[in-house]
Amino acid sequence: MDYFFIGTSLLKIAGLLGFVLLLMNYAVYAERRVSALMQDRLGPNRVGFAGLLQPLADAGKFLLKEQFTPGQVNTFYYFLAPCLAMIPAVITISVIPFGSTLFGVPMVIADINVGILFVFAIASLGVYGIVLAGWASNSKYPFLGGVRSSSQMISYELSLALAVIPIFMLVGNLRLTSVVRYQIDHGWLIAPFIGDWTNLGKWLLAIPMFISFVVFLIAILAETNRLPFDLPEAEQELAGGYHTEYASMKFGLFFLGEYIAMIAGSAIIVTLFLGGWHFPGIPDGSHGWLFGLINITVFFTKVCALIFLFMWVRWTLPRFRWDQLMRLGWLFFFEIALVNILLVAIILMFIR
Amino acid sequence: MAITVPRPNLNWRERLYLPAIASGLVITLKHFKNMIFGRTKVTMEYPEEKWDPNLPDYYRGAPALVRDTDGRVRCVACQLCEFICPPRAIKIIPGEIPQTDRFAKVEKFPDAFDIDMIRCIYCGMCEEVCPEQAIFLRKDYAITGFTREDMVHHKDKLLEIGGVMHGVVLKWNQRK
Repeated sequence: MDYFFIGTSLLKIAGLLGFVLLLMNYAVYAERRVSALMQDRLGPNRVGFAGLLQPLADAGKFLLKEQFTPGQVNTFYYFLAPCLAMIPAVITISVIPFGSTLFGVPMVIADINVGILFVFAIASLGVYGIVLAGWASNSKYPFLGGVRSSSQMISYELSLALAVIPIFMLVGNLRLTSVVRYQIDHGWLIAPFIGDWTNLGKWLLAIPMFISFVVFLIAILAETNRLPFDLPEAEQELAGGYHTEYASMKFGLFFLGEYIAMIAGSAIIVTLFLGGWHFPGIPDGSHGWLFGLINITVFFTKVCALIFLFMWVRWTLPRFRWDQLMRLGWLFFFEIALVNILLVAIILMFIR
Repeated sequence: MAITVPRPNLNWRERLYLPAIASGLVITLKHFKNMIFGRTKVTMEYPEEKWDPNLPDYYRGAPALVRDTDGRVRCVACQLCEFICPPRAIKIIPGEIPQTDRFAKVEKFPDAFDIDMIRCIYCGMCEEVCPEQAIFLRKDYAITGFTREDMVHHKDKLLEIGGVMHGVVLKWNQRK
């Protein structure tokens, strides 16, 4: 047994989980503040300085509320669903390289060679939480929310998976750390001006990569049920959707699961398209622990920027109609992603 | 008869939606930026900032009893306000003024005058109906209390809110 490996892994798990949960709490707070500011309101600004202790107050409220279970629910699945909504999102983060190295320890919990496949496999389990919640609630609106969610997530998973294929055609490896390594050597995938910017092939490749990025971003929005695609929990249509029948911490788990999924989605986008923990001019952790810490900071700064983008989009766009959503998923993004693969293949044929 | 809703013919740029989405994002970002730099000032943060100096004279806050310039309670306990009050928030127990008193002509005074502020709907009908101009809606609006009993304004509290009112209609005025 390699005790060093086990010990550092446990430390990394504890640290990352704690940090992600913290980030999630503050993502909820940020969502409320950002939405408020975009609508010329103020948002929560009373608890602590500028409302920074609001997440604590929210958690206290969730924990102290009555654990009410409606009479007609399928109890086992009713209790299982919130856990299933939360856990897959947390597990996804385990394969993402969130930093270079710190004291020689690689800053990724599980550097597995099927990286992105693992992410897709686990992330798609998230749909079970929502579908089970909709089904077990034994109520009309949650049921509609669950049905909508299942079809939406399955539809957008196609474009999600197809959009990343060009990257792996380029990198030749499913391991997420090697994707980051490739971007350090050749510049970020959607930013050809980083690194060796005179290379024409790189600029040419950036076009399909940008298309991939947009498709992937939109598909992630749909996967995490964020606003232009939040039909499963459309408040105005479904009275809250799949979590209508949930209260207190069970509702809290759905709510937080959604935000963790958002953080995980942003982390995947950052890893695949935005260079992971790399920032031009900053060396990796082998040059000292300070640089290792800076790499981690850079990664989470990028993640936060993407989360802000998600919020920005949410408070700008209206919700799609159901048929528009399906049309968009099946007739546009699916085709665009397919053609994009072809495009990358042709470009690669010429420049290699 | 079915109505055909005309659908606008979108050109390719509009059908792409992306320019519209981008301009929408710019609008929200502008609002966000203006709020961050404090250029938009819409919200008044209530307990710290108040609008009290700007309240108009006709503002309908808590009802209150007033004294006249002689220091006498204007109310003559006619109980019209008690009668008119839509939510029946007012309760008056009249008392008799003895014949020997200087104001014996007035006959009655309110021995107890309670307004239940949980019931009061600030409609101002008591002020409208009062023949003596003895009850007025003042500008106090933050009426709080820990119990239901706390929320009942008794006579002394009402007089405290009301203060002194200068006016002309006085039944007990010497000249009348």
